[in-house]
Amino acid sequence: MQLTNRSKVVSNKVQTAMEQLYLPGILKGMLITGSHLFKRRATVKYPEETRPVAAVYRGWHVLKRDENGAERCTACGLCAVACPAEAITMESAERKKGEEGLYREEKYAKIYEINMLRCIFCGLCEEACPKEAIFLTDRLVDTEYEREDFVYGKSKLTEKIDKRIDVSKRQTLEVAEFKKLPGLKHNEMWEGKNLNKGNKH
Amino acid sequence: MLTFIIYKLIICVAVFGLSLAVAAYSTLWERKLSALLQDRVGPDRAGPFGLLQPLADGGKMFFKEEIIPNVSNKFLFILGPSLVMLTALMTGAVIPWAKDAYVAGKLYSMQITDINIGILYLFGVVSVGVYGIMIGGWASNNKYALLGSMRASSQMISYEIAMGIAVIALIITSGGTLSLREIVEQQDAGFANIVWQPLGFIIFFVCALAETNRAPFDLPECEAELVGGYHTEYSSMKLGLFLFAEYINMFISSAVMAAFYFGGYNFPFAHELYDAMGLADGSKWIALIGFGAYFTKIFLFISVFMWIRWTLPRFRYDQLMNLGWRILLPLSLLNLAITVVVEFFRGHITF
Ligand code: SF4
Ligand code: SF4
Repeated sequence: MQLTNRSKVVSNKVQTAMEQLYLPGILKGMLITGSHLFKRRATVKYPEETRPVAAVYRGWHVLKRDENGAERCTACGLCAVACPAEAITMESAERKKGEEGLYREEKYAKIYEINMLRCIFCGLCEEACPKEAIFLTDRLVDTEYEREDFVYGKSKLTEKIDKRIDVSKRQTLEVAEFKKLPGLKHNEMWEGKNLNKGNKH
Repeated sequence: MLTFIIYKLIICVAVFGLSLAVAAYSTLWERKLSALLQDRVGPDRAGPFGLLQPLADGGKMFFKEEIIPNVSNKFLFILGPSLVMLTALMTGAVIPWAKDAYVAGKLYSMQITDINIGILYLFGVVSVGVYGIMIGGWASNNKYALLGSMRASSQMISYEIAMGIAVIALIITSGGTLSLREIVEQQDAGFANIVWQPLGFIIFFVCALAETNRAPFDLPECEAELVGGYHTEYSSMKLGLFLFAEYINMFISSAVMAAFYFGGYNFPFAHELYDAMGLADGSKWIALIGFGAYFTKIFLFISVFMWIRWTLPRFRYDQLMNLGWRILLPLSLLNLAITVVVEFFRGHITF
């Protein structure tokens, strides 16, 4: 009984005498694999050698500081809301007197964690951030032995003061312009202000 | 007498160490070659160019937990890998590694022992090797292991027949001697045996692949069907011994093939070279150069073994048996017949 007309007759082709010898076929196969001896390696010696990545590669996040070294993040939580993988958690705290050099805004993130195992490196957090605080960088996330070690806290995310990370390639004018689009509420505070100057209200 | 014992001791230890070292570095070369054939870089982390990788592998094996199943027969369980390793190492005894050389005014042969039934000894020891696998597989009290060891033994026995007949043809070609040394020496004067035994060589080579359980005949350890085959239950260094013995077997069978069919430590225009260098018979340098030539051949054979492994998929079990009994056995008989006729016309045998 034929149910569909998609069935195919299986070919049980009998091997010819030449094929039954196996040897020609084997030699042919060995020549193919042998030719790969002289091909370019498809892999690289990773830690010493890395593959070139695009300037806008989406890897290990950085929490930027402004040019005075104060953290830009205000713990608004927009990144966490935007995150499709629910990888971001944070806890906010109020800035005390005398901490103005540390935190740019009155409210800051006391705890800011990204679970790198959940993160899909989509970059939506970066897009959502009104304070230009979080960026993805071209650094690859390290390997770890324990799952917990993949939850990156502020110590691993915040930019080091003496080792600033250049994200100007990601922070293109187009992006800045986009964020200034009227109709996006949070852009109002950028009005008339230089992007790279700290935003002091 | 004392010098004799010391000399034998030294050469025994040397062959022992050589087998182990070559086997260890074969594992590295196998990984490296497989990487090269697959467009990868291969192990290069342990030491310069990854040269310490075998040590790292061995160390890892030693530090693994040793598990002996409760339901297994402990004595046999331990005997299995020991026997495999023992027989693998024993085969090196009859292989002539180089020409005789004068050391401190005395002529020494570079071979542990030159028994006049060397080939029989070789085959005897190799066939004892299968007991190790059988015992190990049976003592594990595991169905997969048992199936694996059954496969191993039936495969080895089947292919030994074709191999034996191919070797009989070889013995006829080399004038009826069973001593490996004489087989190598008689290739010094004339051509290498491969000229007279091309078919025999191919049969021997295929059988050697099957005897050493190398791909495409590695059904005894077929992961897809048998988990790990006969060494499923083995862990730690006992597993290491099984795996290691495979490499020693590969080394020895390469050495045997090079000796049987490619003249061992002889090479074309060797005498012209020695004359040009002004070396007299029995010089240390001749032994050394011959050893180098022998080793180049062995290395090439080992590489071909590996090359085949990383090219071919595994045979199916019925294909394996078909090939052994219905193709290789008749072929080897045909080869024997041809050899007899050819040797009759060459005048080596008379009726
Ligand atoms: S890159 Fe995407 S997934 Fe990762 S934290 Fe940002 S929004 Fe979440
Ligand atoms: S990183 Fe940006 S979006 Fe996320 S909490 Fe901080 S300021 Fe808000």
